[in-house]
Amino acid sequence: MGLKILAIDTSTLVLGVAVVEEGKVLGEVTNNLYKTHSERLMPTVAGLLKDLSIKLQEITAISVTSGPGSYTGIRIGVTTAKTLAWTHDIPLYAESSLTVLAMNGKRFPGLVVPLLDARRNRVYTGVYRSNASGVNEVLGQQVLEITDLLEQCNRWKEPILFLGDDVSKFRSVIEETLGEEAHFGSPAENLPRASELGEMSLQRIMRGEEPLSQQFTLNYLQVTEAEANWLKKQKQGTGNDVN
Amino acid sequence: MSHKNSLVLGIETSCDETSVAVVKNGTKVLSNVISSQMDVHRRFGGVVPEVASRRHVERITVIIEQALAEANVTKDRLDAIAVTQGPGLVGALLIGVASAKALAYALNLPLVPVHHIAGHIYANHLVTPLEFPLIALVVSGGHTELIYMESHLHFVRLGQTRDDAAGEAFDKVARFMGLPYPGGPQIDRLSAQGKVIYDLPRAWLEPESLDFSFSGLKSSVMQLMQKAERKGETIGQADLSASFQAAVLDVLVEKAFRAVKQKGVKQLLLAGGVSANSGLRVRLMKRAEEEGITLRIPPLELCTDNAAMIAAAGTYLYYEGKFADLTLNANPGLSLIE
Ligand SMILES: [Zn+2]
Repeated sequence: MGLKILAIDTSTLVLGVAVVEEGKVLGEVTNNLYKTHSERLMPTVAGLLKDLSIKLQEITAISVTSGPGSYTGIRIGVTTAKTLAWTHDIPLYAESSLTVLAMNGKRFPGLVVPLLDARRNRVYTGVYRSNASGVNEVLGQQVLEITDLLEQCNRWKEPILFLGDDVSKFRSVIEETLGEEAHFGSPAENLPRASELGEMSLQRIMRGEEPLSQQFTLNYLQVTEAEANWLKKQKQGTGNDVN
Repeated sequence: MSHKNSLVLGIETSCDETSVAVVKNGTKVLSNVISSQMDVHRRFGGVVPEVASRRHVERITVIIEQALAEANVTKDRLDAIAVTQGPGLVGALLIGVASAKALAYALNLPLVPVHHIAGHIYANHLVTPLEFPLIALVVSGGHTELIYMESHLHFVRLGQTRDDAAGEAFDKVARFMGLPYPGGPQIDRLSAQGKVIYDLPRAWLEPESLDFSFSGLKSSVMQLMQKAERKGETIGQADLSASFQAAVLDVLVEKAFRAVKQKGVKQLLLAGGVSANSGLRVRLMKRAEEEGITLRIPPLELCTDNAAMIAAAGTYLYYEGKFADLTLNANPGLSLIE
């Protein structure tokens, strides 16, 4: 029997669940219905495993996206994945939601830029280039003003593929800045795929990477507003010194 | 159906405490692990919901594991998973609910959603079994309610706050006085050293009403302080605390016993975080003795948010077959009364 990976992604509005094994996607559910992940995730996992006649105990590893994206979404996915993994001592792996999305552009001969709206004209993003087994980061994941991102993109002078449903919000400014170098994903390519997520963790296992501890840190890419304000006050020396 | 040796695991994440407990037969606490985030939130002067949610995710399975280990119970011996469904902070509740659903699915166990206030009331059941009919005075940072119970799980609300919860008024006044977070215990501590010398209003509302209102009292305290500041007078923190606390307690105690009389019950329960207030405990004990009423107050560790109380209430819901399916969602505005 081969390795079986259960993949869970709720970092964005898309809910994705898949079971993959080496060289094969056994099953996958993707929906983009904006329904609450809290209500839908667990029944979707249960339903897919039932359809595939696979018991949770037969799963070799669980893979989850740990952000960036919707804070609530990330937490529902990670909490569910962590608890399922903990209950049956299943190794747990996490991947970036941006890298999972970038995988949809792995055949693109240029740069791939997955992008999630971070509000106030900012985006969660990273820049990737395809390689033999997937994609690798050219520019690390960060929160950027869309104009700053496009300024960087302009310097590369090569075709760039933008991926994600949120890209449509910025399409006109992207086209204005990059002209013919700008390319856009098809509707299917704009949805992160849980099967790609599972595949990425499968590769990790084959490389012999250790699973995560139950207390691994989520990738919010931003501190909370309260923490940011507190840090600012500390720097200005006006923070109240309670301990 | 006999329920010998039922083992229920409870999960509570409605605010800033990550708590998991194992309770036997709805009455015996085998473990009650409470991971408080107080130190994390103190520097912000109050609970920051986003910070609380982030913390819950990091701790949840570690706390589950600890609760089972302390109870010396293995996962396969559990009979049901109980979880706080609401009310509370939605982002915080969601962590408990997601984790409980995953556990219930993975272990093939019934999933039992519990109302947070039902939990607070059942905290008393972990000390001495509830005797019906009874009145429960529920006072916390989010609630001030008088509940009538004729039997297990049947809640009738007789009164509630029309504005601030009692605990909320304590915290707001404390913050205004410049006391460190959390303010309630600070006011209670200072009250013991002060005298009731400031004349503050008591909101009795309509005759016979069992509702509460604390926002007028809160404003009066603030006006008193601002007036003194303008005149260059100093107001002693201890005396102000004592005067404020007396104003809150007068109303809480009077209305609780008014409810006891209206319903002709013999048992009064105190529940919720403000149950830890020593002034309130003393006043209620004295009055209960005068009136010949049995008063039940949970020990301090069961007053604040904890999962043992959720598991206790959850056990009775489990006995009645009140299960949820895997679509269960957190409900920050969940009502206790059906
Ligand atoms: Zn509470």
